[in-house]
Amino acid sequence: MKTQDMLTGVDERLSSATSLEQVSEETKIRVEALNLWYGDVQALFDISINLHARRISAFIGPSGCGKSTFLRTLNRMNDLIDNVRIRGKVVIDGADIYSDSVDVVSLRRNVGMIFQKSNPFPKTVYENVAYGQRLLGVRDRRVLDEIVERSLRQAALWDEVKDRLEEPALSLSGGQMQRLCIARALAVEPEILLMDEPSSALDPIATAKIEELIVELKQKYTIIIVTHNMQQAARVSDVTAFFYLGRLIEVGETRKIFTSPEKKQTEEYITGRFG
Amino acid sequence: MKHSVPRGDTYVWMTGGFLALCVIMITGMLLLIVVQGIGYFRPRPIDQFALQGDAEAETILGQVYSREDIPGDVAMTLGYDPAARPVRYLVRVGNRELFAQDFRWVNGPDVGMVTRPANAVCLERVEYGNAYGFVHSLRLGANRVIDSEIDAWDVFQKIHETLRGLLEQIKAREKDELGELNYQFEQHRLEVKALEYRLANGRIDSASYETRKTEIVAAMANLEQSLRLHQAALDSMRRIAREPVLVLRALGSSGEDLVDIPVASIVRAYKPNSMTATATLRFYASKVWEFLSDDPREANAEGGVFPAIFGTVMMVLLMTMVAVPFGVLAALYLREYTSGGAMVRIVRIAVNNLAGVPSIVFGMFGLGFFVYFVGGGIDALLYPERLPAPTYGTGGILWASLTLSLLTVPVVIVATEEALAAIPRGIREGSLALGATKWETIRRVVLPSATPGIMTGAILAMARGAGEVAPLMITGVVKLATEMPFDSHFPFFHLDRKFMHLGFHIYDIGFQTSNVEANIGMVYTTTLLLIGIILFLNMAAIMVRARLRERYRTAGF
Repeated sequence: MKTQDMLTGVDERLSSATSLEQVSEETKIRVEALNLWYGDVQALFDISINLHARRISAFIGPSGCGKSTFLRTLNRMNDLIDNVRIRGKVVIDGADIYSDSVDVVSLRRNVGMIFQKSNPFPKTVYENVAYGQRLLGVRDRRVLDEIVERSLRQAALWDEVKDRLEEPALSLSGGQMQRLCIARALAVEPEILLMDEPSSALDPIATAKIEELIVELKQKYTIIIVTHNMQQAARVSDVTAFFYLGRLIEVGETRKIFTSPEKKQTEEYITGRFG
Repeated sequence: MKHSVPRGDTYVWMTGGFLALCVIMITGMLLLIVVQGIGYFRPRPIDQFALQGDAEAETILGQVYSREDIPGDVAMTLGYDPAARPVRYLVRVGNRELFAQDFRWVNGPDVGMVTRPANAVCLERVEYGNAYGFVHSLRLGANRVIDSEIDAWDVFQKIHETLRGLLEQIKAREKDELGELNYQFEQHRLEVKALEYRLANGRIDSASYETRKTEIVAAMANLEQSLRLHQAALDSMRRIAREPVLVLRALGSSGEDLVDIPVASIVRAYKPNSMTATATLRFYASKVWEFLSDDPREANAEGGVFPAIFGTVMMVLLMTMVAVPFGVLAALYLREYTSGGAMVRIVRIAVNNLAGVPSIVFGMFGLGFFVYFVGGGIDALLYPERLPAPTYGTGGILWASLTLSLLTVPVVIVATEEALAAIPRGIREGSLALGATKWETIRRVVLPSATPGIMTGAILAMARGAGEVAPLMITGVVKLATEMPFDSHFPFFHLDRKFMHLGFHIYDIGFQTSNVEANIGMVYTTTLLLIGIILFLNMAAIMVRARLRERYRTAGF
């Protein structure tokens, strides 16, 4: 019953947009037998998955199932935590990002990340968006102006903040701040966007805007979104992966996962029997 | 049913009571300082005491500075009735020409009659303390004498400003012109010493040494000549300025005495017993201005404290300029780059304990390390020709500031560490996820967000450092500095010079002079000023912090 409600959105989207077969199947990220330990505790077990370019992949699963941890392995954000050990391969565009020759800084520039809680810097709106470009050494005000405007437009925020560029970013509303963070990530022109529950702290209207934006961004970016909200996964994603206790249980087209999951655990989670 | 006080109430009362006690003690102390400090500059009335009894009949003229009960046993030995609670007065009688002591105690029971003659006058002098008495006459020249008391006072008031200004001008010129000549003379002398040093080390041959030395010696002789001329000119000007004399009818121990006082040497003349309200206010304002802007006189007991204000502020700013960057960098390493092992914990404990080391220990370290080791090293390296006279190898404002910054750096470290710890992880991750390196993240995001916290550390450090005296006493503070650490000679800031400090000034006038009783008021006033300066510096820093906070406000997550 509940599942049927969720799927109405999917059906509409599928019928109006291109069908799955027409979407390119170019593999952007290939993960092979990934294991991860926090000290002695293993958090991820043998995860292998292929994620496609210009598609939205959603990771779902109950709290503590490792979906966020897995997301953070994709741009090596776990490097910041002490005692993390990783075995396995994460290949992006044919290169293993955990090999010694990889420059983490340029990797992160290529793989942008949006966090659960919006985290604008205590700077102006303009400086937040320009931050990444300034890191790259761009000083020309005209170039920066152009990038800031383009990124804010992409993040569907330009019309709301174009007169407030010099105000502190923290004066924006919660939803605007999150879109600002998206704009900030877009400004360094990544190819992949990782989103860690990007709308979990937002109200329904702001959430709807973010979702709209995510679907919009799909045309240019490879998007991976972690979400607690199954309706959201159903609404926006092309592919859904279900994680449970550090294992990847099932992955497939969203429609298929939500209508006829192969694994019993997946079905139980989706129908709300646990989680 | 048992009705008792609700359980928690006891603790509310207890904690509240202790807070109230603290507040009372602090406000009490501040009130005492403010009341005593503010009252010091008021014009005190001049009382005339007619003494009688066993003592010889005598009339005393002076200002009452304090009044106290005579202790019982003392009263008994003096033959007074302790039951009548006799009092005694501390009277400033001044007139050092006539009395050995500026102050004297007058026992209440000996006093027959007290009057306040309206025409009694107090003269504050540049030297020899105050003079009390009545105007007798004004001698303008050998043949021009104004005899009438009223006329003499009128004319005196008209010419006093001018003559006083003239003497001040002479003093200023002495300082500027003679100071400049003396400075050049000293530079030449040092150059000769340098030449001798180089000759002794074989760096120049004796021929060029001789030629250069002859040149310098000639220049020095020239300087000496013009120095003498200047001095003579100024001396004759001074003689002229000092010619008009106010003759004062003073009350000596054996009746009336006439005392000649050059008008130009009088700082201030007033008749406190017949002053109008506006005159009182003007007097007060002029005293406060003198206190803030002038050099000290009379072994620091009179005049102003400007050099001490300057020294205190400059020392505090220097100290902050060193301690803050030092502490911030140390805290950054501790918080951002170490991984928190046993070693880090030990360092942290050591830093915290450093803040508890007695300040005199820092003073001794400063003396041994900065003054003798570093300063001595600089002298040996850069100023060998001046040895054994030290340049940097002796106490100075630089070494005092560095010593105090060692003392205050733990405060900055602790405050900065706390500020860094309070910065949300999300902000750092946001920056790193955009491809920033760790250092870029620290520089562009973490440090700006931590500035308000760092400012708090700086404020605490300033408050701590400005109030320290003990370490300064052995690293460069003096009772009276002839030269300020800042003047018009290159490089303008002379960090090797000794300096004056308000804290030490308080100690000096309160405990190191003969007239301790008399200086109590000055002690309070100077304390008030020191507290005011610390408060001012803190307020300025707090305002800067408030603005930064507004700018770097972080969301509450």
